[in-house]
Amino acid sequence: MKKQVYIYKGFERFWHWSQAILILFLAFTGFEVHGSYKFFGYENAAVYHQIAAYSYIVLIIFTIFWHFTTGEWKQYIPTVKNMKAQINYYLLGIFKNAPHPTKKTVLSKLNPLQKLTYLGLKLLVIPVMVTTGLLYIFYRYPQSHRIETINIDSLQAIAFLHTLGAYLLIAFIIMHLYLITTGTTVTSNLKAMLTGYEEIEQDEEKDKEFIKEEINQNN
Amino acid sequence: MGKYFLIVAFLGIEAAVLFNILAPNPENANNLDALKAKYSKVAKKPADHSKFVELNKHFESPSDVTRACISCHNERDKQIMATNHWTWQKTEYMQGKGIVNYGKINAINNFCIAAKGNEGSCAKCHAGFGMGEPGFAFSDSTRVDCIICHDNSETYMKGQDMDGYPDPKVDLAKVAQSVGKPKRSNCGVCHFYGGGGNNVKHGDLEEAMFEPNKELDVHMAVENVNMQCVDCHKTMDHKIKGNLYSVSSMDLNRLSCEECHSATPHKEDIINEHTLKVACQTCHIPTYAKANATKLEWDWSTAGKLNNGEPFEIDDKDGNHTYLSIKGSFKWGKNLEPDYVWFNGTANHYLMGEVIADTTHPVQINTLYGSYDDVNSKITPVKIHRGNQPYDPVNRILITPKLYSDKKGDGAFWQDFDWQKSAEVGMQDNGLPFSGKVGFIKTIAYWPINHMVAPKEESLACTECHSQSNSRLANLGDFYMPARDRSSFIETLGITFIAIVFGGSLIHGGARIISKSKNNKKEE
Repeated sequence: MKKQVYIYKGFERFWHWSQAILILFLAFTGFEVHGSYKFFGYENAAVYHQIAAYSYIVLIIFTIFWHFTTGEWKQYIPTVKNMKAQINYYLLGIFKNAPHPTKKTVLSKLNPLQKLTYLGLKLLVIPVMVTTGLLYIFYRYPQSHRIETINIDSLQAIAFLHTLGAYLLIAFIIMHLYLITTGTTVTSNLKAMLTGYEEIEQDEEKDKEFIKEEINQNN
Repeated sequence: MGKYFLIVAFLGIEAAVLFNILAPNPENANNLDALKAKYSKVAKKPADHSKFVELNKHFESPSDVTRACISCHNERDKQIMATNHWTWQKTEYMQGKGIVNYGKINAINNFCIAAKGNEGSCAKCHAGFGMGEPGFAFSDSTRVDCIICHDNSETYMKGQDMDGYPDPKVDLAKVAQSVGKPKRSNCGVCHFYGGGGNNVKHGDLEEAMFEPNKELDVHMAVENVNMQCVDCHKTMDHKIKGNLYSVSSMDLNRLSCEECHSATPHKEDIINEHTLKVACQTCHIPTYAKANATKLEWDWSTAGKLNNGEPFEIDDKDGNHTYLSIKGSFKWGKNLEPDYVWFNGTANHYLMGEVIADTTHPVQINTLYGSYDDVNSKITPVKIHRGNQPYDPVNRILITPKLYSDKKGDGAFWQDFDWQKSAEVGMQDNGLPFSGKVGFIKTIAYWPINHMVAPKEESLACTECHSQSNSRLANLGDFYMPARDRSSFIETLGITFIAIVFGGSLIHGGARIISKSKNNKKEE
């Protein structure tokens, strides 16, 4: 039985969309600083990039708080369960109208590939971007002897890592934009992230089983 | 309710962050108006020298004027005699050479090469009289020329080729009664004409700066604050602040913009951060030689051509000499973008008699030290002056030719046009060995650019340097600079990755559309 389920909560959607806007804006200003094109003017681009960066850091702090207080962080625990089925689905099943191998529920919104990708973003790419970004902003201070213990001789390694991260994030966004069209309908995932509600196959028996399993695991 | 609280709190913190970044930092915003007010005050002269009886008389000689000065300002002569305006040398340390007495007295440059033996002409810019005369002693106070710096009548001038003595037409009593604080004209008569003509040497100091406008120099502009040289080059006991690294070697007594403007005068932090590695002059002097051309190349090897036995000159359309029989060929430049070097305030100099180890590269007349890794170095604008000048290919040392004499037959090149003879006499004057052979060797000299500060609207834009093509700092390769530098490996990797993802999505999406229509047909 299909049912409208409230799957993405208010803060979650706010986080998702402000993060999307910030990352796109950071990329746009960032590549101007990189010298790829001219739009805002170099100085403006650098200043806006920095403002957006600080805003993003504040958002990240709130989001970490949200993840832990709501327990949502468990969504991202990686699993190999269904991994093969999910890969098979994207490579073959999707072309044969096969059903999604991973059932979306409020307690488990992500398929194993998503879990792995998002975890990679959260634990690797974004921390690297934030760290290199902060070093980028503050790197002159060590040389002015304000922080003697972290003397950075060159911006080069920092800048290279930051640029690489930017390319990875853009690749992620492209992949993400494509993969959200693979929901029940082409726009169902997009609608869900906008309104919070998604039409999901409800199997109450299964849900109950799942909840039991979760409780057992936590114990 | 909780989520609204979270969102409101988030937006509150964002607003605080934005305010903190965007609000100008009042500490950084240096009060330009206060500085302008301070320096536009015209100081009243403490005494009217025309009323002193000591000066109301006929002066037989310029030394009599000096005596009159010293009769009241006793001990001042001794101060002047301790400065390099008088001694033409300083005792400084040079890397690899130790403690060296160095200055105009013994320097070799790639303009008129060396002063010794040519004082008749060169000593026009010595703060004294008769420096080249046989009886001259550096301990003789009466030889000090007080007036060259303190004349406020604008009528005093040194005579051409008179060994530092004033022009005979000068009314000594009049200038003695006019004395006061040095003006731009006092400094300019020597410092604007170094190298034997207007703006030949510096590029950023020239006769247009007697009365500059705002476009030429914001500080000295007559319609602005009308600052005088000594407003920045502050003087204590006749010791003037500021170094010129064509003759200076150490990071001592240096003058900097920060003394008035602080190290962080900009409203924007991001610009202030640049001051750690970039000298103020780099952005604020986008071009130099803005009014008249400056000399960029001097080739002595072509000197000596004569037209019917007579020396001649060739000028360009602006009246700059491009050839002089006495000096060779020149290249000039106007409205020039400076070259840029890392500079930490220490320098080295080619010393007389120093053996040139490598004759395949231009000889460094002076070397400015600095690098990105050195915390004391800043990117600094310079004028580069290239020479091709006489050297002894056997002893491998630069030649100090005898150039000036008031008569033929002394061996002076400007009279006799004989390199051999001029080298022989000149080397003897300086106590240097000479093999008898004269060759020519390329030389290079660096002149830091400090004047002709542009109005702030004309300061360098970011992309003048932060740019992949045509960066002004293209030659400073020892550090990473955003927009100028990138790793081709990372660029290729990143773009390939994006292309794969994008192409993959297109193919996968296309396949989905095709399979969907097939599946639909099957169902039908």
